[in-house]
Amino acid sequence: MTETVREPALTPAAEPQAPVIEVRGLRKLYGEAVALHAVDLEVRRGEVFALLGPNGAGKTTMVEILEGFRGHDGGTVRVLGTDPWKAPEQWRARVGVVLQSTSEFEDMTVAEVVREFGRYYPDARDPDELIELVGLTAHRGKRTSKLSGGQQRRMDVALGIIGRPELLFLDEPTTGFDPKSRRDFWHLIRQLVAGGTTIMLTTHYLEEAEFLADRVAVIVDGRILETGIPETLGGRDHETATVSWIGPDGPQSLRTTSPTRVIADLHDRFAGEAPGLTVSRPSLEDVYLEMIGAASAGTEAS
Amino acid sequence: MTTSSVALAAPSPAGRLQRLLVLGWHRGRMEVLLFFRGTETVVFSLLFPVFALVIFSSMFKGQLAPGVTYSDYLVPGVIATGLMVTGFQTLAISIAIERDRGTLKRIAATPMPRSAYFIGKIVMVLVTSVVETAVLLAVSVVAYGTHLPRGSAGWFTFAWVSLLGTTACTLCGIALSSLPRTGRSAPAVVAPFAFVLQFISGAALVYTDLPPWLQWVASAFPLKWMCQGLRSVFLPNSYAVHEASHSWQLGWVAVALSVWVVLGLVLCPLTFRWTKTRNGG
Repeated sequence: MTETVREPALTPAAEPQAPVIEVRGLRKLYGEAVALHAVDLEVRRGEVFALLGPNGAGKTTMVEILEGFRGHDGGTVRVLGTDPWKAPEQWRARVGVVLQSTSEFEDMTVAEVVREFGRYYPDARDPDELIELVGLTAHRGKRTSKLSGGQQRRMDVALGIIGRPELLFLDEPTTGFDPKSRRDFWHLIRQLVAGGTTIMLTTHYLEEAEFLADRVAVIVDGRILETGIPETLGGRDHETATVSWIGPDGPQSLRTTSPTRVIADLHDRFAGEAPGLTVSRPSLEDVYLEMIGAASAGTEAS
Repeated sequence: MTTSSVALAAPSPAGRLQRLLVLGWHRGRMEVLLFFRGTETVVFSLLFPVFALVIFSSMFKGQLAPGVTYSDYLVPGVIATGLMVTGFQTLAISIAIERDRGTLKRIAATPMPRSAYFIGKIVMVLVTSVVETAVLLAVSVVAYGTHLPRGSAGWFTFAWVSLLGTTACTLCGIALSSLPRTGRSAPAVVAPFAFVLQFISGAALVYTDLPPWLQWVASAFPLKWMCQGLRSVFLPNSYAVHEASHSWQLGWVAVALSVWVVLGLVLCPLTFRWTKTRNGG
């Protein structure tokens, strides 16, 4: 495709492709409780990596260690080649952050907050263009305390990308978005990715992970269960498929491991198109729920 | 883009300082703007000392010494209390709220030099203190015939006592802001310090009327020394003999306030948190 042709221009040529995030044997304790057990993780330049897991699994702990807000108790953490806990200002200029909780700026207006944050970065985006990009132009003169939840979240996103980060952390970014805003947000993220930004995403919306992520990791009880591409996670691609169609006696369906053959048979039987034909495999959500269900059953048994 | 990244990768000390001062200045401007946008904060922090002055001086009448009425004694005390309230109480509460709302954490995730935040707060405290003191002084001159500081020496003492006292209070306010666990509990944690101090430090009540042990307690804190230093500015020199040690002790005022400045400078980096909990949450 054209993208393969464009790629050398986008990635700085000849730069050794060291991972943007490199985590080895990471352990984190809260008092006696173990929040993360020997976690390994690698995020490559330019990829969108989603961290999935139930509440309390360690997603935010993990992300906040990578952002430099929390220290760790064992293992090594390298983000853009630096230990985030000891990272200097220059490092923070290369990293964008959208925290899980929305930040409040009380009586400041949207435009004032954006302009103020822009001053902190060496190569900040133009405030007006950025406000336009996140769809807040109509609210630019509004005090931030008067914004709706979704609008505040869009401002968080604006502040996350204002410094043109190489790496962007998105911790449950679309909570409180309506479906339209969520779509707009996804397209914004796709644009950033096309521009070479690496993204570390945590989310509870599986369709969000499926739409955006190149790879996903499922974390439960401080352990990574599996890392893979969304299409094959949990052996999704080998799972039984369900072929459904509308036969002479009404809707019919068949669970099969060889859906292509079933469809070929249907083609013969109907001498052409089978009405209402669908082939479905377990959704990412199905395999995810199965994985975390099995994991917690395992914990309870031990 | 390349040039600015290079400049960021290898900042010269002068470049860093310039960046810090520029960003500190911008933050200060923003803090002042925000302060004056919060109408209630403005009204209460400007009017509260005026109310205190009016109420206390109407409660007690009479002369403390020839030519010195109770309200004369009260004016420097109320000015000092005002400085303490803006520098210590209002600041500590506002930082605790910002921490609770995640504003501090958000700032800490940017490449802003962290000292710029404190410069901004100091600018805000200085501006609001000057405005508040000017309002109070104007009211006192008109309503109670307070004499403005005598000559350049008087203004000089007024300036250094106020500045040193405000600095000490501000640093203590920043240090104490980490004590309340939530923004909601901040006023309850911070206010008692300020409340008790103003009664035992010669701000609302005459210091020499207090039992000696309470005078000793008050001497350990900055407000007593701020009040005493400002009395030397606004009361006639003849009143000095009525002070606890029969003099204004301006040298000791400087020493006591400086000790608190140093103590504040030591405490701030030890206690200050950008996040709600020690481990980053």
